Amino acid sequence: MYREHILDHYKHPRNFGVLKDPTVDHEANNPLCGDAIRMTFLVDDMHKVKDVKFSGRGCAISQASASLLTTRIKGQPLEEIKKLERDDIVKMLGIPISPVRLKCALLSLAVLREGIEIYEKKFRSE
Amino acid sequence: MLDVARVRKDFPILERKLANGKPLVYLDNAATTQKPAQVLDAMDRYYRETNSNVHRSIHELGERATEMYVQAHEKVAAFIGARSMEEVVFTKNCTEALNLVAYSKGLRELKAGDEVVISQMEHHSNFVPWLEVCRITGATLRIVPLTSDGRFDLDAYQAVLSRKTKLVSVTAMSNVLGTFVPVSEVARRAHEVGAKVLIDGAQSVPHSRTDVQATGEDFMAFSAHKMLGPTGIGVLYGKKEELLAMEPFLFGGEMIGRVTNEGATWNDLPWKFEAGTPVIAEAVGLGAAVDYLTDVGMENLELHEHRLVEHAFQVLGKIPGVRIIGPGPGHRGGLVAVEMEGVHAHDLASILNDQGVAVRAGHHCAQPLMTVLGIASTARASFYLYTTPQEIDAFGAALEKAREVFRLGEGGPGDTPGRGFPRSSAGAHLEDAP
Repeated sequence: MYREHILDHYKHPRNFGVLKDPTVDHEANNPLCGDAIRMTFLVDDMHKVKDVKFSGRGCAISQASASLLTTRIKGQPLEEIKKLERDDIVKMLGIPISPVRLKCALLSLAVLREGIEIYEKKFRSE
Repeated sequence: MLDVARVRKDFPILERKLANGKPLVYLDNAATTQKPAQVLDAMDRYYRETNSNVHRSIHELGERATEMYVQAHEKVAAFIGARSMEEVVFTKNCTEALNLVAYSKGLRELKAGDEVVISQMEHHSNFVPWLEVCRITGATLRIVPLTSDGRFDLDAYQAVLSRKTKLVSVTAMSNVLGTFVPVSEVARRAHEVGAKVLIDGAQSVPHSRTDVQATGEDFMAFSAHKMLGPTGIGVLYGKKEELLAMEPFLFGGEMIGRVTNEGATWNDLPWKFEAGTPVIAEAVGLGAAVDYLTDVGMENLELHEHRLVEHAFQVLGKIPGVRIIGPGPGHRGGLVAVEMEGVHAHDLASILNDQGVAVRAGHHCAQPLMTVLGIASTARASFYLYTTPQEIDAFGAALEKAREVFRLGEGGPGDTPGRGFPRSSAGAHLEDAP
C-alpha cells in the first residue's frame, strides 16, 4: 500500500501550512484514530480557489490524500471542485484501499466539502 | 507445562495462509480468540444430534438439550468458583452482562446523591453504561485515576470511596495497558463502605485463574468468544442473594413463573435473567471451551503468557522509536500496545498486515483512557495459549519493516507525528515501561 508517491506526499506534503486571512478556514477530525485535517483556502471573485493550504496530523493515507487533493484543486473553480467524490480520491491515491482506510482517505475531501458549504452559505446571505 | 505445539494442532485456522501467501500470525486475541476443533465439534454435534428447545420439554431431544444447557452453566460455575449454577446467567456477551447490572440494578436503585466508581482505564462497555445511568438517575460518576505507570491507583480509590458509593465497577485487566487490577483489595474496600462490586472480567477470565470466592466481587462479566468459545454468548456471575434481590432485565418466556392478564411472577435463578429461547448451541460451545482450558490448566496458561510478555518486552526494547504503553512485565497480562515514533498506528497495522501479522490499531474502545494518555491510537498485539515466541519475533520484524518503509531515521517533516497541530492537551503521559 505504501507506494513511493504516498510516502512522498506524507513526508514532504505539498501546500502544508495555514493561509493568512483565508476566505474559508475549516477543520475536521476522525476521533476513532486521531486523524485531523485543517484547510484554509482563498476564493477569488470568479469563485476559483486561488490558494489553499492544509495542516494536520494522522496516518500516511489521510495526510497524503490531503496533499494530493490540495494540489489538485488549486486554481480550479468551485463548481468543478464540488464534483469530486470518493472514486476520484481513490484514483489519486492509486492504491487499493480497504473500507477502514477509506475513512482516512476521505477526511480531507470531507473538510473541503464542508468548507465550500460554509463559503456558499456566507456568500448567499451577503 | 503448556505444550504449545500440541495445542496449535487443535486450531485449524492457525495453519492457514493469507491472500498474499504469508502464514497467519494472529496477535489479536484481546479482540477475539480462535476456536479449537473440540469446541467446533461440540457445537456441530449438538446441532446434528440433539438440537431442540430447552426447559419443560417432555420429549427426549428436549430433555437432553436441557441437560446439556444446564451442564454448561455448571461447568462455567466450577470454572470461576461460583457456589452454584444459579449464580451463572448466560447473556449475549460481556457488554450485555455489564448492561444487565446497569439496567436491573443501576437504573432501578440509584438516585441523586449516590455515587458510582469506575476507573480511567475502563472499556466503553464498562464506561458508557455508567455515564448513562448517572445521567438518568442523577447519581454521580467518580473516575479513579491511574498511577504514572498505568496501574490502578489504590490511594486515589480510597479517597473516592464513601458511604455515598453504591457501586464500584472496574476491569480486572485493562485491554489497552494490560494492567492487572487488584480485585480482592478493590472489593474489600468497597464492601467496607457498603458498596457492591462489579468486575469486568473480559480480559482476565480467559487468561488467568478466576475464583470469585477468593476475590469476593458481587458481580462479574465476561465473554465466551475471548476464551476459545463462540460469539453470541457471555456470562454474568452474580452472588445468589444479589440476583434474587434484582428485578429481571428482559421480560418474556422462560423467565416467568405464572402469567395472568394482571401480572407475572418470576422464575428461579438463573432463568429469571434468561428471557426467550437462549443461546443453546453457544452454551454447549462455551462448555467445551471451559473443558479445554481446564485441561490446559489456567496456571500453565498464566506462566506461558508471562514468558511471552517478557519476550515481547525484550524484542520491542531493541527497536528504536517503539514505546510500549502501560506497566512493565510484572504487572500486566499478555498484551502490549505500542506507539512507534513517526508512524501512525493505522499505517503500522497495515504494514504488519502485509507481513501476515494481525494486530489491532485504534483507541481499543477506551477513548477516555487515550485522551488522558494524550495518545490518538496505538497498535496492540495480544497473546493466547497458541502464541509462540517466534510469532512475537515476527511482530518485531514487521515493526522493523515499518521503520524501513517509512524510512525513519532519514529526517524530514514526516518523522514527527503531531506536526501542524498542537498535541492534545491534558493528562499525564505514561512513563516508559522499565
